[in-house]
Amino acid sequence: MTNPAFNVLWLQSGGCGGCSMSLLCADTTDFHGHLRDAGIHLLWHPSLSLESGHELIGLLEQIVSGQVRLDALCIEGSLLRGPHGSGRFHVLAGTGIPMIHWVRQLAAQARHVVAVGSCAAWGGVTAGGSNPTDACGLQYEDDRPGGLLGSEFRSASGLPVINIAGCPTHPGWVIDSLMALASETLGDADLDTLGRPRFYADQLVHHGCTRNEYYEYKASAEKPSDLGCMMEHRGCKGTQVHADCNTRLWNGEGSCTRGGYACIACTEPGFQEPGHPFHETPKFAGIPIGLPTDMPKAWFVALASLSKSATPRRVKLNAVADHLVVAPLARKTRLK
Amino acid sequence: MTRLLVGPFNRVEGDLEVTLDIDDGRVTSARVNAPMYRGFEQILQGKNPHDALVYVPRICGICSVSQSVACARALASLGGIAPPPNGQHVTNVMLATENLADHLTHFYLFFMPDFTRPVYARQPWHAEALRRFAPQTGEQTRAAIAARQRWFTLLGTLAGKWPHTQSVEAGGSTRPVEAAERIRLLAKVREFRSFLERELFAAPLELITGLDSEQALWDWHAQDPWRGDFRLFLSMVQSAGLASLGSGPGRYLSYGAYPQPGGGFEFGSGVWLASTGSLMPLDVSGIREDATHAWLSDAAGPRHPVEGITLPDIDKPDAYTWNKAPRLAGQVIETGAIARQLAAAHPLVLDAVRRHGGTVFTRVLARVLELARVVPMMENWLRQLQPNAPYCVPSPAFTEGVGVGLSEAARGSLGHWVVASRGRIANYQIVAPTTWNFSPRDKAGTAGALEQALEGALVQPGEATPVSVQHIVRSFDPCMVCTVH
Ligand code: SF4
Ligand code: SF4
Repeated sequence: MTNPAFNVLWLQSGGCGGCSMSLLCADTTDFHGHLRDAGIHLLWHPSLSLESGHELIGLLEQIVSGQVRLDALCIEGSLLRGPHGSGRFHVLAGTGIPMIHWVRQLAAQARHVVAVGSCAAWGGVTAGGSNPTDACGLQYEDDRPGGLLGSEFRSASGLPVINIAGCPTHPGWVIDSLMALASETLGDADLDTLGRPRFYADQLVHHGCTRNEYYEYKASAEKPSDLGCMMEHRGCKGTQVHADCNTRLWNGEGSCTRGGYACIACTEPGFQEPGHPFHETPKFAGIPIGLPTDMPKAWFVALASLSKSATPRRVKLNAVADHLVVAPLARKTRLK
Repeated sequence: MTRLLVGPFNRVEGDLEVTLDIDDGRVTSARVNAPMYRGFEQILQGKNPHDALVYVPRICGICSVSQSVACARALASLGGIAPPPNGQHVTNVMLATENLADHLTHFYLFFMPDFTRPVYARQPWHAEALRRFAPQTGEQTRAAIAARQRWFTLLGTLAGKWPHTQSVEAGGSTRPVEAAERIRLLAKVREFRSFLERELFAAPLELITGLDSEQALWDWHAQDPWRGDFRLFLSMVQSAGLASLGSGPGRYLSYGAYPQPGGGFEFGSGVWLASTGSLMPLDVSGIREDATHAWLSDAAGPRHPVEGITLPDIDKPDAYTWNKAPRLAGQVIETGAIARQLAAAHPLVLDAVRRHGGTVFTRVLARVLELARVVPMMENWLRQLQPNAPYCVPSPAFTEGVGVGLSEAARGSLGHWVVASRGRIANYQIVAPTTWNFSPRDKAGTAGALEQALEGALVQPGEATPVSVQHIVRSFDPCMVCTVH
């Protein structure tokens, strides 16, 4: 290889490890070969490396002292600042040192800092409820800039923390981001206002949803396993949520809406505390509060009542069934 | 005596630290620390009970479906509902997909790489271990990741995504399966079966499940000792002394796995005792969690999970982990595939455990055996799906009462206990498999299962992270994020 490899260090803190497990589901027949071909070298990953204990601690010390070059520091899981700012809710095993101290020191050396998943980006589910561990993201606390590293933080490349948000994050989002960073084709303009790579964050979950015909007619699912659109009653936020889940599918062919349940906005800051039950749509005077992005309320109300009155019988009946009860008519004439 | 602090452990889920006291090259005493706490039981308080189905899968990214299933069962018991047969079968298929993926991941990615270490350089199989299992380059490691990726496409269909699905509901599954889809799902199960039959076993699954004694196992091994990855592992068992390494407490818990619509389980429940070699009925009312050595309040004494309290108390003297110490009728318990296969009375596991006890060898054996046993069950459950019959019943409001959800994750018995009051969660307590296995000492000073298993482990001169300790720790396939949630 002519270029030196792009060195990646991956550490986990206050999360569930799910982003790593998701990563291994990347769509490739040769996971390690795929990374290698892109010039990516995993210095260490919690699930994929041989080194344990003192071998890892030695590596971390070499990075902190600048002896080993760190191109991307990937952090998975939220940063646990508690109790009272001590970080003792996660002390890195074998070191006696809180993880937040390690992360601050390593981030200072890294060419890029990458938040893998919504925990590392915003705090995520770990920051839910009473947030007992004072969890936050690397550069955000929900949608407020700050987090562990502070809103002014820029890594050596000049970029802010790259927030590959999602709970878990999609393996494709991670691999594409790392490959773009390794080939120096991801710059400021490729990140949205929340630091998310735009290649997936400029899409909406609603795009490509198999329930789009039901959505058009406001033919709505009423209970779990119904086929209709889940926006009106079942809490789906897909028309507002930035992610390409219905065009870049999960695990070969899935998405939340294809799995029969609502998009709960897992790529968005603060998704863990929506202020309403996840699978119920909050409404005011019978109208969903969360309207589709870019749509004025009056239009929505007018269109919804018009489309409801025009709903074909097939769409209306199938929406509240768990399998097709009325198939599309097969006409005898040639299609025009 | 010398003291050794070992950690972080790689290739386990989450962060883990072990303190070892060593005398004469042997571990005399071990203390196990789960050094990260997130507080899910606190986060869940005050939530709408149904919302637990969004939070609890996020306890763990490696066994999130297990968490969902335990939660769904707790809610179903709280609300007095039961899933229809289709919902039950599909839930079993989802749970089995995850459990078998865990077994596969454990064997290829977490456990076997240790045999590539330089300490084994003199072993006749070392070069072969490197070729097959070297992290990042091993041929079989890479093949297993590819097989795993394909395997999880089952959950792409049934769960929408993995990890962290919400298709698992109290009333069944939100994802009905059409007739043609079922055929495709069966084809995917067959694809995984052929990976196992070609690479792991180099034999039909039915031959493996039919091995009915340790002698039968070794006879089969002797036919071609390195053929297939499982037989190479058996060769290592012999030369690395894995059959006597890491004896656990000799009491094994299973809640019963894969419940069937007519009642009963595919793998039955119970507590198997090495002392008598027999299975005792399960009584979960005897569970108590003791927080004496956890950085958690223990003011109220050991508690049953329905009354459990989880409240950080970080400056507590004598505490050394975030993990509580669960006990069943006051006893230390081991749980996992080994416990399931003992409760299910598989003759090979019964025979091997009677000879060696719960050790590195028998734990891995039981896990690998489950890969062979469960795949045919999945084929059977998929065949039983009824087109056009319901998959899910709607959930009630879950306003008041107590719910219990017991399940078997890959790593063993997982229990969720929920108390609802006025439509909110008043208390939610989780006891995960690794909570049992990696428990600290209790009030009486009795060491937890891994702590006991580490006593006597060999520490070779100059070893900072002893390889025997790594084998023992990984033989439990620990999940530290579940442990303390
Ligand atoms: S279910 Fe959600 S994503 Fe699908 S059409 Fe309805 S609103 Fe859009
Ligand atoms: S559909 Fe919504 S909740 Fe589901 S993964 Fe995509 S962004 Fe997250």
